[in-house]
Amino acid sequence: MTDGTGHSRTERLFWGAGSAVVVAYALLPVAWILALSLKPAADLGDNRFFPRAFTLDHYAAVFHDPQFPAALWNSVGIAVLATLAAVLLGMLAAYAIVRLEFPGRRLILAAALAIAMFPPVSIIGPLFNMWRTLGLYDTWAGLILPYMTFTLPLSIWTLAVFFREIPWDLDKAARVDGATPLQAFVRVIVPLAAPGVASAAILVFLFAWNDFLFAISLTSTNAARTAPAAIAFFTGSSRFAQPTGSIAAASVVVTVPVILMVLLFQRRIVAGLTAGAVKG
Amino acid sequence: MSGRTRAEHRLAWLLCAPAVAAMLVVTAWPVLYAVWLSLFRYDLRFPDQRAFVGLDNYLTVLGSGVWWKALFNTLFITVGSVSVELVLGFVFALLMHRALVGRRMVRTSLLVPYGLITVVAAMSWRFAFDPTTGFVNALLGLQGAWLAERWTAFCVIILTEIWKTTPFMALLLLAGLTLIPADLIHAARVDGANARQRFFRVTLPLMRPVIGVALLFRTLDAMRIFDTVFVQTRGAQGTGTLSIVGYNTLVTRLNLGLGSAVAVLIFVVVVVLAALYLRGFGIELSGREPR
Repeated sequence: MTDGTGHSRTERLFWGAGSAVVVAYALLPVAWILALSLKPAADLGDNRFFPRAFTLDHYAAVFHDPQFPAALWNSVGIAVLATLAAVLLGMLAAYAIVRLEFPGRRLILAAALAIAMFPPVSIIGPLFNMWRTLGLYDTWAGLILPYMTFTLPLSIWTLAVFFREIPWDLDKAARVDGATPLQAFVRVIVPLAAPGVASAAILVFLFAWNDFLFAISLTSTNAARTAPAAIAFFTGSSRFAQPTGSIAAASVVVTVPVILMVLLFQRRIVAGLTAGAVKG
Repeated sequence: MSGRTRAEHRLAWLLCAPAVAAMLVVTAWPVLYAVWLSLFRYDLRFPDQRAFVGLDNYLTVLGSGVWWKALFNTLFITVGSVSVELVLGFVFALLMHRALVGRRMVRTSLLVPYGLITVVAAMSWRFAFDPTTGFVNALLGLQGAWLAERWTAFCVIILTEIWKTTPFMALLLLAGLTLIPADLIHAARVDGANARQRFFRVTLPLMRPVIGVALLFRTLDAMRIFDTVFVQTRGAQGTGTLSIVGYNTLVTRLNLGLGSAVAVLIFVVVVVLAALYLRGFGIELSGREPR
């Protein structure tokens, strides 16, 4: 028996079951940490996947702790500023690479690629020393700079791939039709460039939001310590309680923005991820 | 050179200048600085004893068991995770390529591991395997602390890596699959090739460049593994990786001289590996430009 697409019912069932397994695979650890964060402290050691009773105590605890809200604020601020900087600089460079002929174009692309493959641990020592001298140690700028730089390759490559697809002559056409240069740019070029810029911005944001090595090497206090670093070094609200519940609750809180982005921008994320690798 | 091209060059360099400056100041300069520091005895706890020692730091690092063990551990985790990811990623990619029902849902859910903070993923799996809080032992009817012994700890670390990064591999491979002309597969089917032959004789050879790029990205990424190991074992039970050793020497023990030698050696290992890959897969990077 076949449907209109030429797939038999068993075949459909097979692929459907496969899809269900993959969805379960992807969501299992997230469901687990969510379940853990909702268990009352007494049930944390019950070795069960699903909670028997629900409580929001752990969430109340992490937000009353002075450490986590500060870290969350640092994470948001640093990731947003790093994203803006990386995308702005990336846009300028990508525009030049796509639209202008100049010697050194390839050199910039190659350098960007080299940085993309670079092990960050190789520079934390020198950065640590430089930042202490320059007063950037344990500041927002001290993290924004490395995040911006390490995501510039991603930003430049993704944007260059997207910019290459834009029919730039359209703005000339708009100007012939009587639009001012600014109007032509805002009405014609910006909407065409927006998807590529969004793709690059999301990938940069996820990098900055995720980073751990720079965060623990270049910060020491609540002034700039980000959420992943705070979660890894959680001591718990009381010295004697195991911080498992707090860690789980904090983990869920930092996962929410990621899930929202995935739901809202999944096409942009996939386009950005594959732009450099497959077409490049 | 005409005035117009000169103006164009100037504009181009002006536009690229901020990005190039950032890359030079935050990566190129620190690498050179690391090379310079690696030639000194320089411990931040005893800054007065700073002295030029030539290649002594390198001899110390290369003569110590810690470095070689970390190199082995890193390669072990890399090979273990990347090889499984390639196979699993291919299965997921084929599933997304073929499935009619729930294809979008599969893609959406696979982006969750990709986007999830590595520290959070590592915590989740650590708690899952923990003998007091976890459900894994109860599920498998086992006892014992997975992260307290070397080889079982490696299992958990590699599992975490595979879970977190297979989606990236799958999405790249899916993009490669969609580039294969359907006519070609159809023609092979008409010529009597069965599903296996179609996969191994048509799909796989056409996917070679994409597989090469995906493996290169993931291998170099796996060689930097830090977050998962730090969260799950802190490098204890003999599970320390190159990045963990570098971090411990530089940041925990504040030994900038010795730590920089470790950092430079890690850099060299990664460059050598990348070069081997590029040759092996015939990936021509300098000639590749975004199209």
